[in-house]
Amino acid sequence: MHVFELGFVAAVLLAATPILYAALAGAISAQVGVFNIALEGQMLWGAFAAVAGSYYTGSAWGGVLTALVSTALFSVVLAVGAARWHADPIIIAIGTNLLAIGLTGFLLRVLFDTSGSFSPRGLEGLPKMAFLADVPVIGPIFAGQTALVPLAFVLIVAVGLWLKRSAGGLRLRGVGEHPDAAAALGVSVASYQTWVTIAGGALCGIAGAQLALGNVTVFTENMTAGRGWIAVAAVMLVAGRPLWLPVACLGFGAAEALGFRLQGIGAPQQLTDAAPYAITLLVLVATRIRFAKRASLTTT
Amino acid sequence: MVSRASDDAADAARPPAPAEGEAAVELIGIGKRFGSVVANDGVDLVLRRGTVHAVMGENGAGKSTLMSMLFGLLEPDSGEIRVEGRPVRFAGPLDAIAAGLGMVHQHFRLFDTMSVADNVVYGAEPRRRGLFGKAFVDRRAADARVRELAARYGLDTDPAAVVGSLSAGARQRVEILKALHRDARILILDEPTAVLTPSEVDSLFAVIRRAADAGTTVVLVTHKIHEVLAVSDEVTVLRDGRVTGRFATRDASAAELVRAMTGRAIAEVKNPGTGTPGETVLEVEGLSVSDGRRTVVSDVSLSVRRGEIVGIAGVSGNGQHELVAAVLGTLGVAAGRVRLAGADVTGASVRDRRARGLAVIPEDRRGEGSAVTMTVAENAALGHHRSAPIGASTGIRRGWMSLKAERSQARELIADYDVRTSGEQQLIGSLSGGNAQKVVVARELAHQAPLLIAEQPTQGVDVGAIGAIHGRLLDYRAAGNGILLVSHEISELLALADRVLVMYGGAIVASFTAAEATTERIGAAMAGAAAADPTEASDAAPDPAAPDLTAPDPTAPRSTAPHPTAPHDGDRA
Repeated sequence: MHVFELGFVAAVLLAATPILYAALAGAISAQVGVFNIALEGQMLWGAFAAVAGSYYTGSAWGGVLTALVSTALFSVVLAVGAARWHADPIIIAIGTNLLAIGLTGFLLRVLFDTSGSFSPRGLEGLPKMAFLADVPVIGPIFAGQTALVPLAFVLIVAVGLWLKRSAGGLRLRGVGEHPDAAAALGVSVASYQTWVTIAGGALCGIAGAQLALGNVTVFTENMTAGRGWIAVAAVMLVAGRPLWLPVACLGFGAAEALGFRLQGIGAPQQLTDAAPYAITLLVLVATRIRFAKRASLTTT
Repeated sequence: MVSRASDDAADAARPPAPAEGEAAVELIGIGKRFGSVVANDGVDLVLRRGTVHAVMGENGAGKSTLMSMLFGLLEPDSGEIRVEGRPVRFAGPLDAIAAGLGMVHQHFRLFDTMSVADNVVYGAEPRRRGLFGKAFVDRRAADARVRELAARYGLDTDPAAVVGSLSAGARQRVEILKALHRDARILILDEPTAVLTPSEVDSLFAVIRRAADAGTTVVLVTHKIHEVLAVSDEVTVLRDGRVTGRFATRDASAAELVRAMTGRAIAEVKNPGTGTPGETVLEVEGLSVSDGRRTVVSDVSLSVRRGEIVGIAGVSGNGQHELVAAVLGTLGVAAGRVRLAGADVTGASVRDRRARGLAVIPEDRRGEGSAVTMTVAENAALGHHRSAPIGASTGIRRGWMSLKAERSQARELIADYDVRTSGEQQLIGSLSGGNAQKVVVARELAHQAPLLIAEQPTQGVDVGAIGAIHGRLLDYRAAGNGILLVSHEISELLALADRVLVMYGGAIVASFTAAEATTERIGAAMAGAAAADPTEASDAAPDPAAPDLTAPDPTAPRSTAPHPTAPHDGDRA
């Protein structure tokens, strides 16, 4: 029974939030026609930048800002390469992911003279919303969370509405659906793709900041551990309907949180660690089967 | 009406529109080369305001290049373009749109998941003032704009409908609305009837007339003579990049247009009539095919005998393609039987079926009919690679091909079919549609299979090649083979088929012998008319196979939408 207490809900939200930001980045990229699988690498870079930023500025929000700006810059490679120079986004993204692992490990040694993990004394983590502690229901769920957790949901709804209702959103969706048609009507496909991909980088920066300064207060090498790939899976799952992202991401968050709980009652760690990925795999296979069925209805 | 504030200013700055008959567009001495190929050479073209001007020519005559330059997609090497008297230089289509041009491309450029209204206003959206300034689209104004334009030009359209669910005719109306929303005064329609049913063609022609009467200048790019005669006021004919004829439509005859287009008078292929058909080569019995959601072919029975051509008429998407795929074996059947030369092949593989004597000219030439990144020689060898002389089925050469034989066969084919190519090593994808199709036709006929399925064998093929392909098909029948001919062109079926079956909604709804078949009857059945009553036929097009084409009466009043050759009841269905 105690699995379903409010503390569990809080754990699910905590696990889901970094994935949500990254998935939002992937979803807007998908809407504009760039299949972005660099989420993992960008999130990892964001996590490193957040910790480094917090360390140098002495402020956790300074860390978030550092992550946001530097990951946006980090994503310029993908944005410009894919949108302006028409390189294959998959290839650039793979490069990005590999570069992020190598670069963060390298900088860890050069800047902080350490390896494995970096958690200096006095490293500022993001403040928790402790002022909510006495509010019933809300308190137990959100008091231990950073402001970035509720912001993720607000942001998704806002972006979803903007995509649906605004002129910019309409143009953005058109660019992804039929670039030639959009271009013929005077909408710059390359600009939309470039800026949306860079905005996605900024979101991945926030994802990394929440992971390294919110969920924990440490940077460890390869600490994203596949969360960016789960975000990619979530993007494919919702197939162009960003408002469904929370459902997908909370599902993955629940799998991770449940894994921790099961470890608490003695399940082997290797097994529970695999739970989110196993669920990702199952869900993807299931949706592919559904898509394949749907596709066979329309094509001959 | 349009959101952009600058539009109002632009409206005020616009010079008064020229009066009826004045030149809306003048192209003077336009030239364009692609490498060593001259696409346009000294082309002069004057489009008078409020008229429908047909630009005709075979594929490759240069009419698309010319229109691309007018619409800013290409830049002319020489010559001058004047719009409403002012010389213009378009850096891109946006400049052309700003100058009052609109173009409806042959392949629609629409967002399938979006509504009609969103498609129409995309890029020039009416905005509403809100919390965030004018960021949000004013959907009500967009709907109202679509309704207003639709009513003014007779373009029956629901602004809320999702474009992906619409018929080709309705999608084309959305494209026209897009141009009108941007205040196009000169509307270019590129091969607009290629995807339409006969009744949709009527509606389109009514819209064209209405737009021209309202002062819009319409350019109709086409190679179909009956369309030119039915709806245009003036005609300019291009051949090999040059103007070879200028006519007022009322003074033009079909024969003159053909001569200007081809440089020769085309001998009309006539169905020489059937001998006595021989044994049955294809028997389809109670065949149904489902796409998992609905039945796309329902309970179709037909047979093809040696020495006859059986035509399948129908508007694209009424189950013809699925029927062919089921006979070929690329699509499973839900019910029924397929027999080839007496043997039940319902569950057999494609290779088995071909081995029993089946050859196919597929509808999708670039996707299925040929491998576009391979050479003419390689394409011509496809399917012949296991048998002599190119391949070998036994012995040490089994599994290996003779490239020498491949090349020499291709050279023979090129000479025999008069394929215009730089040689057998040219990539087939770089040939014109007609020449590539000749290679496909030659390859399939070489099997000498007792059953040939020819699906849209002359789609996108110029007039000269059409004649050549039709002649080959008739020879093939004369040699004692059976042909199942799927075509959307009624004239093609009338010219070739001994029997015509009409498919509608997946079923065969009508069957005519060559003697009974007329454009009107087939057209009515294609439109789903329960009883194909020839007196109420909805086909606007006079039978192009008939030699005595009459031009529309230019003195007839133009203010009412229906045209002399477009009967009032054409808009139903």
